[in-house]
Amino acid sequence: MIDLKGYGPALMDGAVVTIELAFLSLALAVILGLIGASAKLSKSRVAIGVATTYTTLIRGVPDLVMMLLFYYGGQVAVNNLSDYLYDAYSVDFFFQFDPFIAGVLTIGLIFGAYMAETFRGAFLAVESGQIEAARAYGFTQWRTFHRIIFPQMLRHALPGIGNNWQVLLKTTALVSIIGLTDMVRVAEEAAKAERMPFHFFIPVAFVYLSLTAGSELFIKWLTKRANVGVVQGS
Amino acid sequence: MAETSPLICRDIHKTFDQLEVLKGISLETRKGDVISLIGSSGSGKSTFLRCINMLETPTSGDIIVHGDPIRFTTNRKGERIPADNKQVELIRARLSMVFQSFNLWSHMTVLENIIEAPVHVLKVPKKEAIERAEAYLNKVGIYERKDYYPAQMSGGQQQRAAIARALAMEPEVMLFDEPTSALDPELVGEVLRVMQNLAEEGRTMIVVTHEMSFARDVSSQVLFLHQGVIEEQGTPDKVFDNPESERMKQFLAPNF
Repeated sequence: MIDLKGYGPALMDGAVVTIELAFLSLALAVILGLIGASAKLSKSRVAIGVATTYTTLIRGVPDLVMMLLFYYGGQVAVNNLSDYLYDAYSVDFFFQFDPFIAGVLTIGLIFGAYMAETFRGAFLAVESGQIEAARAYGFTQWRTFHRIIFPQMLRHALPGIGNNWQVLLKTTALVSIIGLTDMVRVAEEAAKAERMPFHFFIPVAFVYLSLTAGSELFIKWLTKRANVGVVQGS
Repeated sequence: MAETSPLICRDIHKTFDQLEVLKGISLETRKGDVISLIGSSGSGKSTFLRCINMLETPTSGDIIVHGDPIRFTTNRKGERIPADNKQVELIRARLSMVFQSFNLWSHMTVLENIIEAPVHVLKVPKKEAIERAEAYLNKVGIYERKDYYPAQMSGGQQQRAAIARALAMEPEVMLFDEPTSALDPELVGEVLRVMQNLAEEGRTMIVVTHEMSFARDVSSQVLFLHQGVIEEQGTPDKVFDNPESERMKQFLAPNF
């Protein structure tokens, strides 16, 4: 076992932060993605406009810039809102915009935009006859979605979700810049203090690698399940 | 008192954008009727069938299923829409449809396909739905395929499974939208035979078809549609042997 010079527990805590951050961001991204996709597929011009602006904006701005904007800008916005509420309505409302929240919001928002495109494409890939058959047999809209559209969408969406997830997981490393003590931040401090960059960054790289490799296996298994009933081309 | 008609359509019109596809089609069925809708592509026969179960909303006209008229209202854009989606869902459950391209749900086995709507829409207990499904699979002759996925079967088998799915709803009227048009020629027979059996059992069926021999031998009534109107209507003998309209004569010419 490598000697982590007493930084072991801190690195472990950092890894937990990374994982929590990744999963919470993923949850937010999936929710935003579903909302974004349904908005883009809706007939409402306003909804389409809002969703298109969202995805265009997010995909065109670097993740790091977004994150800095959210972290520093977010606190200023909270402060201003708090002042306004206190002056206007004497409501005492305040919270500290911590780097973890800023991280989840930023990463969730960024990947929500990518997820929206993934879900939209997956929805369009479901044959219209499948949906029509459900309608013709008296399914409600909700039942059509959760019994027919969703399981068939999943089969088309999983490869995209898997990609997004892997990139998302790696993007969490950016939060070390806004001061969140994730695994990368701990490793950076340790590497500086001990002047041993390889010693600390390589284990961190391995943690990321094992997380991505593990999720790849999981997604493969999910894809296999979602593809039930599909005859694979040889 | 006369028996309630399973399905009455009165003066159905349907316009897409500017194009009037149906220009007033009426139809009245009696229990056990087999009505064939024939006509060339673009005559509006499939659109009419899709209006019956509201996959398309008719621009005007009434649809009355076993005495129960579908209620309509208009939306803000002035388009006619169903007033009560619940009613439409209930009515659809009583008019089961067989599609040209089968449209079996591809992520479910044949058995799952067949019990899905009875269990979730009609609320039939699952055990009973399975028994019913198995009986209908036997009837269409693919019981041994019940645990297959649609993609693992031939087109003819898929269409027979789709017919079993329609039967399992124990519908008032069965709607067939060109059920053999997507099949290889050698598979058409097996599907037509199943349909003929259903007709002989006295099921009420409306069949959009290009199979003239089926229309002639099996149906009790034939409707010939041309450019959105009924050009010729009556018993197969009358429509095929003594057509009055020029269009019908032209339509039949290449067939004989």
